[in-house]
Amino acid sequence: MAMATAQTTTKTAPAAARWQDYIQLLKPRVMSLVVFTGLTGLVCAGKPVNPILGAVAILCIAVGAGASGALNMWYDADIDAKMRRTRGRPVPSGKVQGADALAMGIVLSIFSVMLMGMALNWLAAGLLAFTIFFYAVVYTVWLKRWTAQNIVIGGLAGALPPVIGWAAASGAAPLNAWLLCAIIFMWTPPHFWALSLYTREDYAKAGVPMMPVVAGAASTRRQILTYSLLFLPFAIAPAFTGLGGLAYLAVSILGGAVFLLLAVRLARSQAGEASGERNDDGLYDVRAGARDARNLFAFSILYLALLFATLLGERLAGARALELFH
Amino acid sequence: MTLPPFNESEEQARARRGRNIALALGLILFVILVFVVTIVRLGGNVANVF
Repeated sequence: MAMATAQTTTKTAPAAARWQDYIQLLKPRVMSLVVFTGLTGLVCAGKPVNPILGAVAILCIAVGAGASGALNMWYDADIDAKMRRTRGRPVPSGKVQGADALAMGIVLSIFSVMLMGMALNWLAAGLLAFTIFFYAVVYTVWLKRWTAQNIVIGGLAGALPPVIGWAAASGAAPLNAWLLCAIIFMWTPPHFWALSLYTREDYAKAGVPMMPVVAGAASTRRQILTYSLLFLPFAIAPAFTGLGGLAYLAVSILGGAVFLLLAVRLARSQAGEASGERNDDGLYDVRAGARDARNLFAFSILYLALLFATLLGERLAGARALELFH
Repeated sequence: MTLPPFNESEEQARARRGRNIALALGLILFVILVFVVTIVRLGGNVANVF
């Protein structure tokens, strides 16, 4: 049967891959997020950077993230094909050959790291190379199919772009840069587990050991609340370390209160208990039982965006940092 | 009229053309980028050589 399928595949003309399909390999939505957080790191470093070199640094971060996305899509094509959210991706849908995705990922990784090193500095290039390696190898190949802590540890890859941006601008990675990294790192578990509560059937079908699949919905809801409590001090901390100003303090506290409220409501709900909680229309269309999970998932994106946008806005507007502990 | 180089459909030929143009543009942009970065990095130091 398998041989017959293989023979049929070789005889059939390959699907006509458009250039847009190769752009999809780079996960443009993820790229836009890392551009935003990388730019915040670059601006918050507070060192004058030539605008052209600054733009090149952001381009390198975006292309590096895209390259790791292509490598992820090459390796994960088998499980992507089993999940509703991912089965339309270029490789599992047959539009792009796996080998092409792999080649594109490797070539863009090398180009982005080398250009970052030559145009900015080798600390930023090294951090970018580490980020690509961590996402494509440590998370995708090793953690994702092995442990329920996959997105906790793997979240480091998504958290590093502000440090890369900071290093690109200043040639250093001080504690405040790592604080921005810690904010995204601690934000990832409640964000991703809220989503996986109502998409867990997909993950179970694909054999991915996401927390709700392995530990159950009740345990996941409790852990979301725990991580939310751990995350919020990190989110507010920049107002005390000379990074954020008054606006940041207000946004982080008010938004943090809403975040915590939604996490408590989720912990008290039955989200993730019933089957078929997600409807077919996108990530936000869920049945009544999963609304608390959907609400936290959606607000977590808004909150993180607000935190970084406020930091960025304050720096660009020349607002003074609070420096409460200085 | 030239024949298509492979036994491909009209849609496949169009897609291939699109991919080739996108790749060419990407390479041209990369060359320009490296040139501009070189000039910016050299900056005023170019004059100091002489």
